[in-house]
Amino acid sequence: MEVQQFYYDNKIVNNFLYATMLWGIVGLSVGLLLAFMFMFPNLTDGISWLSFGRLRPLHTNAVIFAFVGNAIFAGVYYSTQRLLKTRMFSDALSKFNFWGWQAIIVAAAITLPLGYTSSKEYAELEWPIDIAIALVWVAFGVNLIGTIIKRRQRHMYVAIWFYLGTFVTVAVLHIFNSLALPVGALKSYSVYAGVQDALVQWWYGHNAVAFFLTTPFLGLMYYFVPKAANRPVYSYKLSIVHFWSLIFIYIWAGPHHLLYSSLPDWAQNLGVAFSIMLIAPSWGGMINGLLTLRGAWDKVRTDPTLKFMVVAITGYGMATFEGPLLSLKNVNAIAHFSDWIIAHVHVGALAWNGFLTFGMIYWMVPKMFKTKLASKGLANFHFWIGTLGIILYALPMYVAGFTQALMWKDFNPDGTLVYGNFLETVNEIMPMYWMRAIGGSMYIIGACVMVYNVVITIRQGSKVEDELAEAAALTRVSKKRTAGETYHTWLERKPIQLTILATVAILIGGIVQIVPTILVKSNIPTITSVKPYTPLELEGRDLYIREGCVGCHSQMVRPFRSEVERYGEYSKAGEFVYDHPFLWGSKRTGPDLLRIGGKYSDNWHLNHMYDPQSTSSGSIMPAYQWLVRNEHDRSGIQGKMEAMVTLGVPYTEDEIANAMANMDAQATQIEKNLYTDPDFAKSYEADKKYAAENEEEFIEMRDREIVSLIAYLQRLGTDIKIKETNETLSQN
Amino acid sequence: MLKFVKGYMESIEDVATYPMISLLIFFVFFVVLFIWVFTASKEHVKEMSEMPLDNHNQQNLEI
Repeated sequence: MEVQQFYYDNKIVNNFLYATMLWGIVGLSVGLLLAFMFMFPNLTDGISWLSFGRLRPLHTNAVIFAFVGNAIFAGVYYSTQRLLKTRMFSDALSKFNFWGWQAIIVAAAITLPLGYTSSKEYAELEWPIDIAIALVWVAFGVNLIGTIIKRRQRHMYVAIWFYLGTFVTVAVLHIFNSLALPVGALKSYSVYAGVQDALVQWWYGHNAVAFFLTTPFLGLMYYFVPKAANRPVYSYKLSIVHFWSLIFIYIWAGPHHLLYSSLPDWAQNLGVAFSIMLIAPSWGGMINGLLTLRGAWDKVRTDPTLKFMVVAITGYGMATFEGPLLSLKNVNAIAHFSDWIIAHVHVGALAWNGFLTFGMIYWMVPKMFKTKLASKGLANFHFWIGTLGIILYALPMYVAGFTQALMWKDFNPDGTLVYGNFLETVNEIMPMYWMRAIGGSMYIIGACVMVYNVVITIRQGSKVEDELAEAAALTRVSKKRTAGETYHTWLERKPIQLTILATVAILIGGIVQIVPTILVKSNIPTITSVKPYTPLELEGRDLYIREGCVGCHSQMVRPFRSEVERYGEYSKAGEFVYDHPFLWGSKRTGPDLLRIGGKYSDNWHLNHMYDPQSTSSGSIMPAYQWLVRNEHDRSGIQGKMEAMVTLGVPYTEDEIANAMANMDAQATQIEKNLYTDPDFAKSYEADKKYAAENEEEFIEMRDREIVSLIAYLQRLGTDIKIKETNETLSQN
Repeated sequence: MLKFVKGYMESIEDVATYPMISLLIFFVFFVVLFIWVFTASKEHVKEMSEMPLDNHNQQNLEI
């Protein structure tokens, strides 16, 4: 048999590893800054691009797509070449994948703080970047499949299946969730509205967790854990069952993010059922990973790589046990919108993704640089401070979630809320926020120690950019060989067929859930009193999106007595038919805003945005003073309204033609309302006079951003607002 | 659960067959999966599971 010599491309793996470490530190640091903003809300006072609402998506995107994303590519490029005994299909595509991905990350790091966001969680990036993501992702897929085709190994190991499944599903999810109508270079509206947008978004959001944070990492687990332990996976058969059942079931579970929301009940219940089933493949995989260490547990004591991997797999087990638990409606009623969810995702991100990445780095770097890890002691230190950091992060957040959720639901015997003021429930959990910040700091210290350790290791090693390897060429499959071959063995050497089957498996769930919701009219009962936003409100809504208000405020009152009492009438599906995109939110760091319209005066909103602590003592909301000062450019309104018409919002031609006049009238009215407050009139007139005296340009209040935002906030939830009595039930 | 599905989907013609089709897809999927796994030959499975450990095609690996 002819033996061929070839080179593994180590350079591309190294590049991805460096990027993983760099973005890891960046993503974690932004997270830490956000954690401190809970205690010091005005830490970045007055700097719009460092405000909480804009940084939150930067943190989540940096961790998911920059840190974990680069780690995926590093591990995939390393293991794919070795499992298939060939160099990557195309060096040019590898490079394009690397530099393209970094360019996207940089674009995200610039646009998100500037407020360019679609507001859909983990899909915040605007449409030009979305297109770039699609291109780079396709390049990755072509490179992966090309490598598979030119392989020297007949059968594909299960890790490769996980990579293929990841490629296909992420492509499908990204495309369908990002469908939007551009109205500017960096602004677009989701083609879906309200309930449908929510369903598609959480079908995507849930499966971003499944197919970006889970399946590629499971592939990495199936490669690197056996490597590090130097023994084969516990059960290869179990890994096959794991793969197919996981990708088949995962795709259905998205609606568990929308329990008790306005999503039709059948979709909610379908999501719950599949989420519970999901525990079987998840735990099957976890057990398979842990039992790979059978007979090698003594190594875990001494080998830092294995320590990280054991905690990573344990974290996977905990997060995937908790997931189905959180999908039960009664548990979800407590956990949703609370810090419990923050704890849940950080067990996944810090333990499962973070620690598996660290373990992989500690294993790969010495291998590729032909040396030993510089300091085992520092790696052990990293392990312990990281593990303690995770515990110190997660436990306080569980306590915070429980405490606050139960306070939200606490009633006096006379039927009023015990904690009618939302801020009381926030103050109660401040110590937990402190502990979380300390835990996060510890985790970052560990990561920095790792970077140092890796740098020293690389310095003392020798760089081998192209590693020589040899393997026999793949011969054609003869008839004799295939005689008696089972279907199973056949599929393992057929990448295209396997990819198609995996695609079919993931499409079934998506189609069954999403198609009926979009096609069946009766799923979204219309309400005649619900009208499209006025032009000024629409502009205000875009500001709400720009500032990332949705990161801390939900617009979804669930049908619970405690929520109806606190916020007002519960949300109806028909209320959101003109919401492109939906803004239901997923976390209540502050109170729900669906019924905020008409609750406070225009002046209250202005003062609150200018200095939240002045209107709400002890509030942890940051000030939004630039909204009060800046002129609002509303010149694009007609284009926006026309885009909305294309998406099915019934604006008439007259309304579009008169949009400018309409906005002026509404803004002037709000300015008038503001004048009713003597304090405002006094300081505003003083400002005006001062500007005139110093010949500075003065922006009329009606032209400022705050006026549009007030218009939107005062509209929220008023379409079906039930007439209120004068009795004050809650203050929030 | 079925009553929710049916209540909302009555507007689709012959909707009653949908849950049945879903159930069949689900059932067949897992039956085929298990047949596939249980009929796989021992040698083949052993060979597959040792794939990551196959070091002899790589030089200077053990340091």
